[in-house]
Amino acid sequence: MTARTNMKSRTAQAATATGETILAVRQLKVVFDTPDGAVEAVKGVDLDVRAGETLAVVGESGSGKSQTMMAIMGLLAANGRASGSALYRDREMVGLPIKDLNTIRGDKITMIFQEPMTSLDPLYPIGRQIAEPIRHHRGGTAADARARVLELLELVGIPEPARRIDSYPHELSGGQRQRAMIAMALANEPDILIADEPTTALDVTIQAQILTLLQSLQKRFGMAVVLITHDLGVVRHVADRVVVMRRGEVVETGTTRAVFDAPKADYTRMLIDAEPSGEKAPPALDAPVILQGRKVRVDYKIAGGFLKKSGLFTAVHGADIHLRQGQTIGLVGESGSGKSTLGRALLKLTPSSGRVLFDGRDISGFDRKAMRPLRRDMQLVFQDPFGSLSPRQTVGEIITEGLYVHEPQLSKAERDARAVAALQEVGLDPTARNRYPHEFSGGQRQRIAIARAIILKPRLVVLDEPTSALDRSVQGQVIELLRGLQASHGLSYLFISHDLSVIRAMSDYVIVMQGGQIVEEGETAALFSNPREAYTRALLSAAYSR
Amino acid sequence: MSDLAQMPVLAPHAPETRGRSLFALAMRRFRRNRAAIAGCVVLALVALFSFVGPLFSSHSYDEVFPSYVSIAPSLEPRPGADTLQGAMENAVQRARLRLDAFQVEGRSFTATLAADQPIDPRATRYIDRANEFDDTVVKETLEDGRKLVVEGRVTREYFPFGTDSNGRDLLVRVMLGGQISIAVGFLASLVSLGIGVVYGATAGYVGGRLDNVMMRFVEILYSLPFVFLVVLLVVFFGRSFILIFLVIGAVEWLDMARIVRGQTLALKRREFVGAAESLGLSDWQIIRRHIIPNTIGPVVVFVTVIVPKVILLESFLSFLGLGVQAPLTSWGALIAEGANNIQSAPWLLIFPSAFFVVTLFALNFVGDGLRDALDPRDR
Repeated sequence: MTARTNMKSRTAQAATATGETILAVRQLKVVFDTPDGAVEAVKGVDLDVRAGETLAVVGESGSGKSQTMMAIMGLLAANGRASGSALYRDREMVGLPIKDLNTIRGDKITMIFQEPMTSLDPLYPIGRQIAEPIRHHRGGTAADARARVLELLELVGIPEPARRIDSYPHELSGGQRQRAMIAMALANEPDILIADEPTTALDVTIQAQILTLLQSLQKRFGMAVVLITHDLGVVRHVADRVVVMRRGEVVETGTTRAVFDAPKADYTRMLIDAEPSGEKAPPALDAPVILQGRKVRVDYKIAGGFLKKSGLFTAVHGADIHLRQGQTIGLVGESGSGKSTLGRALLKLTPSSGRVLFDGRDISGFDRKAMRPLRRDMQLVFQDPFGSLSPRQTVGEIITEGLYVHEPQLSKAERDARAVAALQEVGLDPTARNRYPHEFSGGQRQRIAIARAIILKPRLVVLDEPTSALDRSVQGQVIELLRGLQASHGLSYLFISHDLSVIRAMSDYVIVMQGGQIVEEGETAALFSNPREAYTRALLSAAYSR
Repeated sequence: MSDLAQMPVLAPHAPETRGRSLFALAMRRFRRNRAAIAGCVVLALVALFSFVGPLFSSHSYDEVFPSYVSIAPSLEPRPGADTLQGAMENAVQRARLRLDAFQVEGRSFTATLAADQPIDPRATRYIDRANEFDDTVVKETLEDGRKLVVEGRVTREYFPFGTDSNGRDLLVRVMLGGQISIAVGFLASLVSLGIGVVYGATAGYVGGRLDNVMMRFVEILYSLPFVFLVVLLVVFFGRSFILIFLVIGAVEWLDMARIVRGQTLALKRREFVGAAESLGLSDWQIIRRHIIPNTIGPVVVFVTVIVPKVILLESFLSFLGLGVQAPLTSWGALIAEGANNIQSAPWLLIFPSAFFVVTLFALNFVGDGLRDALDPRDR
């Protein structure tokens, strides 16, 4: 109990001192030693964190925003070196020995990460993991710590904390895991909470909840929050001040309002304007239906144990879909809603029941061999441009792979010519075909994946979250590319995404899925302006309220 | 050796803007690893010694020198100068002549023969008759033929590693043993690599019942005692070189299959495999074009572990007397022979085991280096 009152008084102190700078970073540099020589990831960053404020550090991937914070916390990879200065209440953190650093981190400055599943140890119950920093920094008995953990779990809004305290990370949902991470970070009532993309891995509705939680906790404890994010919607909603970073340098600093209303740097303006825009006109009414799904249902067998019955899990409950030539259907839903599974089932990549008609032919009963000639007409683009390209093949080999199957008569030179044409079409330098995927950025890789799909001149492309792993500005370019390709080849898209702004810009028809069922569908404009279902409204408000 | 095996992959014959593959990057890291490079150099030297060395030796591996049984290693030629002097004196005595001077230089000798009457030049035959001397010719005739200076060749042998109990040159036998051990090591590893990669990738990729059946089969093979299997095969087919590496390879692939299967299970959930499937590639095409190339990292590392293991296995078999058949030999067989003579002729054990140990060390350093290069944890 004494610890608790101590913390209260400290909290009060901090609250009165709002505005005082508690972390001053000056000329912070981070250099990584790589086989190609030293790479400067952070090139002299200055920033101040004031007590009790929310500071957003904004930038695209590779801007050095995370590495800045990692350097302050002494968490750089082994080949990284930090120089410069980071003063926390007059204590220099850069170059501090680990032992001294540990009196600050985990106690005064704590951190939460993007992916709560990987930042929690799967082998220990969450209660034990949350108790760890408390006992390390505060001492006390296990029983005291457990009481404190229960209090924290309640605070971060985990239902039934007394039961959940002994749960393992895999037993919690993504949102609950992130709440547990926050509880761990708050355990010692820090001065500064560094949140590195805390909501990126979560569904939109959960995102909103977590952000609200962070805000309320911040008010209550009077701590400063450093929010590292690429999502300007979040920034606008929660931050007091903004630091915009690009290529390891600070481009602009200011209050949120000032930065958003009158951005000084061109780069900031570009980021703000990068919200996907435009809309798609529906195809002609007499356009032929290219893909039709009737009562498509996907069941997964859950393997039984020794004394456990095997069960069935239904991922998609009888979905109907009509995709016309030149149309883009947006398929929206949270993770686990069955949207990707439906996409794969329609391409016959996953066993399903119900009927699928492609170009008027019933392909429901086709096996892999029968499907093979049809594959060239129906292509798939994946979310993760890092995982979807084989790391051991050159880009040329990757994109011509389809030709190898569907047009084996082509000579090597002809294949090469097709590869050049496809790369040019997606806006890449044709010399890229001799290089390997790891040499390209995320956006470029996604272009390669698109080139692989369109080289076969397909009629239908299923795009499974093609922009979700990309930065906003790159997203815009990929969307433009997809639109252009659709116009020039008359492609039909099935566009799967959880990002409503992208769906709105890309598709003319939207299907909303929840728990494997289609809950609502309709023309894009009508659905966005006048959603009927509560779930659709929740999605929309979560996405657009901020 | 393994660096030599990979050279063709590295050689870029393609256009100027060729990207650096993951493999090329790994090789860069590898080249910075001093211990691994030293291991490669040592391996190359040992291989050179074993395969090229015999060309520079006049002895063949099965040539028996009855007069030099179990001779200790020495850099001096055999027989020694004293022995030759004695032999020459004997020969000269038989010719009823006197030996005034005798010199040996390398493989030739010069002797001055003297007598009271002029000497018949045919007396050189007496000298030729001795085992040690050949091609004796008269060089000079002095004092009206009462003194002859003759020259000729001495049959002298070098045994820097000594000879074994049958009088065979140990140096050449160590070279031959190296040839066989290295060849068995690499061939058996290749056999296990071939079977294991294809088997493991197929089981892992196809999955389901086939996977179950295939992996249970592996486990059944695991449960058979290895030596028993080898004895059976040797009894059936007789001892032969090919059989040995087939047998060893056929046992070692089990580990390889398990490793590749595990890799494949992880790989087949990767999106690029899904992408290949949606392009319409068949299972076999996916295995060949996507699964196998991506398992190469762990596989290469595992091969460098297998090669020394196989060399050891072959040695073990040879030690038991089930390995290569005399007069062929391997390091293992040589070590076994040396172990029997450890008190009377320790060099028979020391030389082959020194080469063996050095090679195994080098292989392990190379293996460690490859593992670090292909699997950098901190990138």
